[in-house]
Amino acid sequence: MKTKIKAIALALALALGLSFTALGVVAAEVQALRHSGAAEPDQAPGIYKVTEGAKLERAYRQQPPLVPHPTDKYEIDVKVNQCLRCHEWPYSDQEKAPKISDLHYIDRNGVRQDTVNGNRYFCKQCHVPQNDAKPLVENKFQAATTNTNIR
Amino acid sequence: MSMENPAENQGLLREWWAALTRPTSRWSLGALLVIGIGIGVVGWGGFNWMLELTNTESFCLSCHEMEQNVYREYRGSIHDSNRSGVRATCPDCHVPRPWFYKMKRKIQASNEVLHKILGSIDTREKFEAKRIELAKHVWTAMKETDSRECRNCHNFGAFDLTRQQARARNRHSEAEQQGKTCIDCHKGIAHQLPQGAFKAERELNESMGGAVKP
Ligand code: HEC
Ligand code: HEC
Ligand code: HEC
Ligand code: HEC
Ligand code: HEC
Ligand code: HEC
Repeated sequence: MKTKIKAIALALALALGLSFTALGVVAAEVQALRHSGAAEPDQAPGIYKVTEGAKLERAYRQQPPLVPHPTDKYEIDVKVNQCLRCHEWPYSDQEKAPKISDLHYIDRNGVRQDTVNGNRYFCKQCHVPQNDAKPLVENKFQAATTNTNIR
Repeated sequence: MSMENPAENQGLLREWWAALTRPTSRWSLGALLVIGIGIGVVGWGGFNWMLELTNTESFCLSCHEMEQNVYREYRGSIHDSNRSGVRATCPDCHVPRPWFYKMKRKIQASNEVLHKILGSIDTREKFEAKRIELAKHVWTAMKETDSRECRNCHNFGAFDLTRQQARARNRHSEAEQQGKTCIDCHKGIAHQLPQGAFKAERELNESMGGAVKP
């Protein structure tokens, strides 16, 4: 009986010890995305400038195009939306800016409106300034255009 | 001075008056001129010193109407902090530099004091309600002067278009030919825009000319 208990205790201890070392191994391999301990202050993010002059390609057909100019100084709130001052129809010709596509004028029931619909009012929700920020983690993402599916 | 002898008092007064009007023999004209100019310089200096005191950012911000609305929006904008560290403060954009126009603006500013007392814009709500009117005053003034205050620092002639971003380059080269002025295109650069700003812009362009109306 005693030997049995001892054996069980030994087995348990071994198992625990093993699992601890195993845990240790796992813990060493897993790396937080932020590269620093959770308790330490985060690394400051890199400073990226907007890539102007050239347009980065879309990665898939439905992607909202990236913005080829800075956007931070343009006010978007309940009073005014400065993006519209250049991109909405009567202004877009004068400002030589691409016209907002018709999809922006369709409300949720599919009815065409004369002004940009509320669900597309906050432009920066979908359109972000382009820059050549590198992916934070290695990944296998392929743009749709380089995908083998394309005929 | 004693009031016991009014007759003597009158005599003194008359004497003083005579001294003021009679050409003096004791002081040379030169000395008088020097003293006069001296007083003039000090007075003028003091006057201009006062003028300069009221031409600082901190003076503008001494009214909460200015500090809690427009100043807070201006914080962090391109004219408050930028890569070169050159700032444009409130008077740089709102108070003309030529003496005559500066005085004119200072006299207009007494209207601001009146409205400060009246409390016309002493809350954020009141300010936003009156904002379009105030903004239109500023736009009209700048259109009339070909954006004089902007041109104190910026100059079409000194723009190196090749170093500007493409959007700016295209617009600036044609703006110069069409005789447009900075404020035609650069509204809301230092503060938020009021509700209905674009409609007001179109109306202003129709009544005053300027930007090709869309
Ligand atoms: C001063 C006028 C102006 C303002 C204000 C402005 N844009 Fe633009 N935008 C342009 C011009 C001009 C282009 C074309 C640039 C080019 O082709 O290099 C452009 C390009 C774009 C494009 C690319 C479209 C395409 O077909 O690839 C997007 C998206 C865009 N802007 C979004 C925005 C958003 C969002 C805002 C508000 C935060 C904004 N813009 C404010 C002038 C403006
Ligand atoms: C819900 C996401 C969304 C929002 C919000 C949004 N867009 Fe778009 N936008 C798109 C998508 C998706 C496209 C590309 C498909 C298309 O052409 O409609 C696009 C295309 C565009 C284009 C290019 C059109 C062309 O023909 O090349 C412009 C310019 C544009 N948007 C401007 C704006 C502006 C300005 C706003 C803010 C008023 C805005 N968008 C808000 C999703 C959005
Ligand atoms: C005595 C407090 C006070 C001070 C100091 C003050 N302001 Fe004002 N300001 C006001 C008030 C109140 C108004 C609103 C006037 C109205 O309702 O018509 C105003 C309006 C304005 C306007 C709109 C003018 C217009 O034509 O309608 C400008 C621009 C302005 N202030 C700039 C400045 C600048 C620049 C300074 C510093 C040199 C300054 N203010 C200092 C109280 C002040
Ligand atoms: C006291 C000088 C001064 C005055 C007055 C002034 N500016 Fe500026 N402005 C500057 C400086 C400095 C910069 C930042 C330059 C840099 O570092 O890129 C600047 C930048 C700008 C920019 C670039 C914005 C951006 O996001 O890149 C515009 C547009 C502009 N000013 C328009 C105006 C207009 C319009 C006026 C008149 C209402 C004006 N400025 C008055 C000094 C001034
Ligand atoms: C016809 C319209 C128009 C006029 C008039 C105009 N600008 Fe511009 N300006 C633009 C556009 C569009 C941009 C680029 C988009 C932006 O900054 O919002 C720009 C950009 C700028 C920039 C930033 C340049 C850069 O490379 O980032 C400065 C500084 C500037 N303007 C100053 C002025 C001054 C000063 C005047 C008056 C002498 C003036 N602008 C008149 C349309 C105009
Ligand atoms: C770069 C130039 C510039 C600077 C710096 C600047 N302003 Fe203005 N201000 C303007 C212009 C242009 C307008 C006209 C409205 C607009 O386009 O936003 C204006 C409008 C105003 C108005 C009328 C209300 C409104 O929002 O339209 C007040 C009040 C005012 N400014 C006060 C100030 C004060 C106080 C400061 C200093 C903290 C200041 N401004 C700094 C250019 C400037």
